[in-house]
Amino acid sequence: MTTDTINESLADEHHGDSHDHKMTGIKRWLYTTNHKDIGTLYLWFSFIMLLTGGALAMVIRAELFQPGLQIVEPDFFNQLTTTHGLIMVFGAIMPAFTGFANWMLPMMIGAPDMALPRMNNWSFWILPFAFAILLSSFFMESGAPNFGWTFYAPLSTTYSNGSTAFFVFAVHIMGISSIMGAINIVVTIMNLRAPGMTYMKMPLFVWTFFITAYLLIAVMPVLAGVVTMLLTDTYFGTSFFDAAGGGDPVMFQHIFWFFGHPEVYIMILPAFGIVSTIIPAFARKKLFGYSSMVYATASIALLSFIVWAHHMFTTGMPLFGELFFMYCTMLIAVPTGVKVFNWVATMWRGSMTFEIPMMFSIAFVILFTIGGFSGLMLALTPVDFQYHDTYFVVAHFHYVLVTGSLFSIYAGAYYWLPKWTGHMYNDSLAKWHFWCSLISVNLLFFPMHFLGLAGMPRRIPDYALQFADFNKWVSIGGFAFGLSQLIFLAVVIKCIKGGEKAPAKPWDGAEGLEWTVASPAPYHTFSTPPKID
Amino acid sequence: MSKDNQRWLFGSGLFWGSLISSSAWADSKLNLTQGVTAISREVYDLHMFALYICTAIGVIVFGAMFWSIAFHRKSKGAKPADFHESTKIEILWTAIPIVILIGMAVPATSTLIEMEDNDNSDVTIQVTGSQWKWHYKYFDQDIEFYSVLSTPREQYENHNGSFTGNDFEKGQNYLLEVDKPLVIPANKKVRFLLTSDDVIHSWWVPAFAVKQDANPGFINEAWTKVDKPGIYRGQCAELCGKDHGFMPVVVEVKSEEDYDIWINEQHALTAQAAEAEQASLNTSMSKEELMQLGETTYMAHCAACHQPTGLGLPPVFPALKDSEFTTTGSIEAHIDVVVNGRANTGMQGYGKQLSLKEIAAVVTYERNAWGNDSGDIVQSADVKAASGE
Repeated sequence: MTTDTINESLADEHHGDSHDHKMTGIKRWLYTTNHKDIGTLYLWFSFIMLLTGGALAMVIRAELFQPGLQIVEPDFFNQLTTTHGLIMVFGAIMPAFTGFANWMLPMMIGAPDMALPRMNNWSFWILPFAFAILLSSFFMESGAPNFGWTFYAPLSTTYSNGSTAFFVFAVHIMGISSIMGAINIVVTIMNLRAPGMTYMKMPLFVWTFFITAYLLIAVMPVLAGVVTMLLTDTYFGTSFFDAAGGGDPVMFQHIFWFFGHPEVYIMILPAFGIVSTIIPAFARKKLFGYSSMVYATASIALLSFIVWAHHMFTTGMPLFGELFFMYCTMLIAVPTGVKVFNWVATMWRGSMTFEIPMMFSIAFVILFTIGGFSGLMLALTPVDFQYHDTYFVVAHFHYVLVTGSLFSIYAGAYYWLPKWTGHMYNDSLAKWHFWCSLISVNLLFFPMHFLGLAGMPRRIPDYALQFADFNKWVSIGGFAFGLSQLIFLAVVIKCIKGGEKAPAKPWDGAEGLEWTVASPAPYHTFSTPPKID
Repeated sequence: MSKDNQRWLFGSGLFWGSLISSSAWADSKLNLTQGVTAISREVYDLHMFALYICTAIGVIVFGAMFWSIAFHRKSKGAKPADFHESTKIEILWTAIPIVILIGMAVPATSTLIEMEDNDNSDVTIQVTGSQWKWHYKYFDQDIEFYSVLSTPREQYENHNGSFTGNDFEKGQNYLLEVDKPLVIPANKKVRFLLTSDDVIHSWWVPAFAVKQDANPGFINEAWTKVDKPGIYRGQCAELCGKDHGFMPVVVEVKSEEDYDIWINEQHALTAQAAEAEQASLNTSMSKEELMQLGETTYMAHCAACHQPTGLGLPPVFPALKDSEFTTTGSIEAHIDVVVNGRANTGMQGYGKQLSLKEIAAVVTYERNAWGNDSGDIVQSADVKAASGE
């Protein structure tokens, strides 16, 4: 079948659906196979999860506001940190990117929809159930998972509080959802590109999602495997991770991080794609080094498979292993550096304006790079012995995940809100959101570097007195950052309800097929594929 | 300067200004410790080297970016250039970072090789983590003991929901103090063999730059050679359950002479304890005495899980109050669980940690406290008989 005929058949099916009986109310959302509807569902779901995970984080910060145990028990504190991590990784960041993929990929490659629309519906709708299972354990006698989002055995097996089964099944469902989403992205990009759009003509955004989808397909089964081993160790008497039965608890960490490290890039490569779309638009200049950006993204993805044990330098690895993983990890700085240099070169001698998407992108470049610097420092094994499992690490991954991934998501949301809703966002509210977030997020995460260097371990509900001052600052930053996100909610609701009418292309420097259709984007776009020269 | 730019400057100025003027700088440490070993100083130097390189790269890259932001803006009439590719530049900024990375990898490698050289130690100590205490065992010395957090519960438990602090002032070494610190000699290569009885723990003393995981069923190695006597404090660094935040590491480094004196003292204490253990077999304690000793022992060793109220934290840590096990159940079984623990649960064996007298007292206490009214009285001899030692 040629691309054209697939496109036509998909378009036909959808026309049949929508013109004759486009559902209304709840059924529209439950039964939808429309990529835009599913994208919207993903984005709303991830925002709800962001607020949920954020609320948990605010309880954590309230407990850590001053020394002593004030509001939660240590065991419940561990449940909070565990579910906060799981929700933010699997519930907020990953679904948000899948939402972007659904909304934008078909429109960027000139396709009528995702290639597998029914699977698309399913991959979204199992997600709320996964999180319902995970969160329901809060209301049970056992309590929620309390072994950290990294669920190291045997704390999560023999010594767990009985929530392991809920945790395992929730993760399985999240994994299935991710794999289906990823397969859909790969199939769509490979088959539904508009005629003339060769791989090296795809927007970089498409490239990053393409590579990320491959990473997902590669490592999600590993996660599924490791949680299944956890399940049988806990309930069916196997000893994968129990030395008494011939197993090895450190093997758990190897398998987990073989998933976990590529997972980190799953959460940042799409961010690179979004930022690489926005910076050229507001610098009014083509992205510098497009092909080197593609190669850099692919290199980062490949390297991500051979660096996993840098999370495990203190587990007692042999010297050779430590050296190998240290060198490979340091190597990642090279393609990542290329990306940052390319973004700066794109801005260089451009004609810049500073709308909110650009502001978030610039903040992304600076703050993500700070996270990259601490990542490079963490790669040095001898010093990692000091940094490992302290707040320095907490600072590092929050810089790359919050001011990295999350900021790129905000940048993308502001950039495409006019296309999604047909209205411009309220600029002064958006500015409030940006500046409040920027200041509070740094107050929240920057002092964590100092706390870690001064020796505060992560995942503790109470701490020695010398850490008190900074923790107070961090908590204040945390509350401020959490509340600032409500401004974004207001911006979005206002934007959906009304506002200045958005033209088809509201940003004069923007490029890409999505700006050739009207704003808001019609329910069906590119029923006839556009021609690319 | 545009309005945006002014706000940017104002915002960041406010943040940095307030951070710099904060009292936090005066009384908190901001940087990694230099420590008290040759290795820890090398690690510190490596940390500073990496930090300076990152700062320099940051200044250059962000400098170029801010230059561009300041001058290449549309509001200043900047026209976009149309370059968007340069293989030369791409090669250049791939090659330069590689050179910098090699410059960092060389010292890191040599330090790492030194750190991993565990041979030729003078003293060997086995460090065993368990929920939530450390056990130290000196090889060839017949000295072993547990090291448990000694900060009183009242200082950290403050569940009245108030943020104004509780009535108990926190001590200077709050949460970083133990009943019995590890003692090692200065200027000797001390090797640690680390393992765990239950979950993974991680033994960390920042001043030595030693952090090594204690894995159940496996033994890890680490070493240190401290050149300055003193007391050094650290914490468990790997999430190990409920009281992960409450298992500090305290190491007292003594001069060689003081260390020898300490070793002799320990031998004398061990002998005394053995005698007391023997003597306790022939004496009976009154119920009051048992209950009193039982309560202190219970609060120190059992209350973290089974709670001071005896209600436990079900389902992981069962209640002892009104439980069949501690009221009508067999005394022998009760003693057995206290002495040997329960396999594959959080209940560890206390046979090594407590004296016969203490075990007798704690069993008596559990069978008669919180309204449990078995009336049973257990003596040291009963414990010895039941545990089959």
